[in-house]
Amino acid sequence: MNAQHSNSNERRQRYWRRNLRLVAILLVLWFALSYGASILLAPWLNQFRIPGTGFRLGFWMAQQGSIVAFVALIFVYARRMDRIERVEGVEERDEEGQR
Amino acid sequence: MNVQAWTFVIVGLSFALYIAIALWSRAKSTGEFYVAGGGVSPVANGLATAADWMSAASFLSMAGIISFSGYDGSVYLMGWTGGYVLLALLLAPYLRKFGKFTVPDFVGDRYASQVARIVAVVCALFVSFTYVAGQMRGVGVVFSRFLEVSIDTGVMIGMGLVLFYAVLGGMKGITYTQVAQYCVLIFAYLVPAIFISIQMTGHALPQTGFGADVQGTATPLLDRLDGLHAELGFAAYTRGSKSMVDVFFITAALMVGTAGLPHIIVRFYTVPKVRDARWSAGWALLFIALLYTTAPAVAAFARTNLIETVSGKEHATLPEWVGKWEQTGLIRFEDRNGDGRVQYLADPAQNELTIDKDIMVLANPEIAGLPDWVVGLVAAGGLAAALSTAAGLLLVVSSAISHDLLKRALLPRISEHGELRAARISAAVAVVAAGYVGIHPPGYVAEVVAFAFGLAASSFFPALVLGIFSRRMNAAGAVSGMLAGLVFTASYIVHFKFLSPELNRPEHWLWGISPEGIGTLGMCVNFAVAWCVSRVTPPPSEDVQRLIDRIRVPSGAGEAHEISA
Repeated sequence: MNAQHSNSNERRQRYWRRNLRLVAILLVLWFALSYGASILLAPWLNQFRIPGTGFRLGFWMAQQGSIVAFVALIFVYARRMDRIERVEGVEERDEEGQR
Repeated sequence: MNVQAWTFVIVGLSFALYIAIALWSRAKSTGEFYVAGGGVSPVANGLATAADWMSAASFLSMAGIISFSGYDGSVYLMGWTGGYVLLALLLAPYLRKFGKFTVPDFVGDRYASQVARIVAVVCALFVSFTYVAGQMRGVGVVFSRFLEVSIDTGVMIGMGLVLFYAVLGGMKGITYTQVAQYCVLIFAYLVPAIFISIQMTGHALPQTGFGADVQGTATPLLDRLDGLHAELGFAAYTRGSKSMVDVFFITAALMVGTAGLPHIIVRFYTVPKVRDARWSAGWALLFIALLYTTAPAVAAFARTNLIETVSGKEHATLPEWVGKWEQTGLIRFEDRNGDGRVQYLADPAQNELTIDKDIMVLANPEIAGLPDWVVGLVAAGGLAAALSTAAGLLLVVSSAISHDLLKRALLPRISEHGELRAARISAAVAVVAAGYVGIHPPGYVAEVVAFAFGLAASSFFPALVLGIFSRRMNAAGAVSGMLAGLVFTASYIVHFKFLSPELNRPEHWLWGISPEGIGTLGMCVNFAVAWCVSRVTPPPSEDVQRLIDRIRVPSGAGEAHEISA
């Protein structure tokens, strides 16, 4: 009983560390794509065009690309966390213990 | 049928739908009234969040603002979407695990402090109330423009409708009407955008038409627009004129403010499980992105169309819609040099045409010569956007009073029945008060909304994030952080917006940061003060430590769905 308890505690801690790591990685991407590519580097990126369109890259990132990236980041997070929850066995269950 | 008849029919049908949904989804308990019983599916919650979020400002004003500011308008596009990433990664799942009903609930319990709870209640009331006044005004403006009733009558009709479904249905009624309102508003936004995109570039998707060549030429639309801007003396459309520092800080303040707005956060209490909260944030942003990626395309189309229609043309030969908007005073032409031609120039000394930004979306169907029913659709969409946001905000106001103030602070022994009645009464009072402010606007609604974001960024967001991610953070730290952030941000905004607006220019700003962007710095002040104070005061109790452990992991004692019991 005691061993089981400490095992579950360990899993909860591992779950939390993996969550923090994933959040940190995704937030770095979030910053790089919005503040980086769409603001700080936008003037430099504007010298390039997206092939086949009239979009300058920095401008496109600021008005389209960053928004698409935000949506993708959240879905990636939701998917990965589902997996981490399952692997560490910390999903919520309803009254009958169903997942 | 003429425009007016179409508008009556479409708006009438959409209202009938909202009322039917409200009757079907009456709230029977406080759990249903505050958080729809915690049983909303993630996709439905995503749709409702999108409608809750996209206000009259997103629907009516945003494309117009981008149209007149080009690249600089990106601060709104990124600021009002990027916050959802913070919400999904740093707040939504943990607050869902915490359960309960409101944001002050979390602040009060996590910091085990009634002072913290009351500070949070005051912030929630202030932020939500300033925001809702703008929405009621938006309802009035749409009514008066399309149905030719006075703005005041329009506000009254809007009040009646919101009163009916918010008071009756609480969060449950609001959620399902918001789902319907999202469908109405997105359809109303996309239809004219697609028509105009096909007309100007031959692309059905505005998102790609925006980067395509102008129909029948080999010049990209955006290059044509940059060229027109250069001719008339405006800053290049794709580069903008704000300083990089300011763009950076405004974007950050809007993002963090978004993540700290109580009416958005409470939406994540309504889903059954922690994992649903994460998925739901993704769905919400996807539905929002549909409008937010269309808006900059609409802006560029409208700008090009406008300049080519009016610039250098004889005033007498301009199309009919110009005259119609001149009557409302939203377009003004003053022939300074008396040659009968319109000179539309960046230089204020020579410019002869002034255009209100708000008409770009409203006038778009007329500018592009679209059928009459499209105009009616745009009116219904604008109303859906304003009403859905108003209802969500009113619920925060009512729950802050009946739940946080009465139940959790003043009258802890109030019965379930009594609390539900108090919630309905405070919702009704809030609607009437918001309507009053909508009819007698304080003249600075736009400034006040910027205020709401700055305050949400500098008060709630750090207190919530630290409450989840720092075990060491205690009540003294959180409260002093919130107050420091609030006082810093509020005094900067009040100084430049209300006390000495004549100084509101870049050379007087602190490090070139405008009042719109100062919330970012306020947030940093909050974090710094909270950290320092918490280090010199005792750590939180054992109970609070257990609460933190509980909210960090989905499984274990107090699983999310238990609140519905």
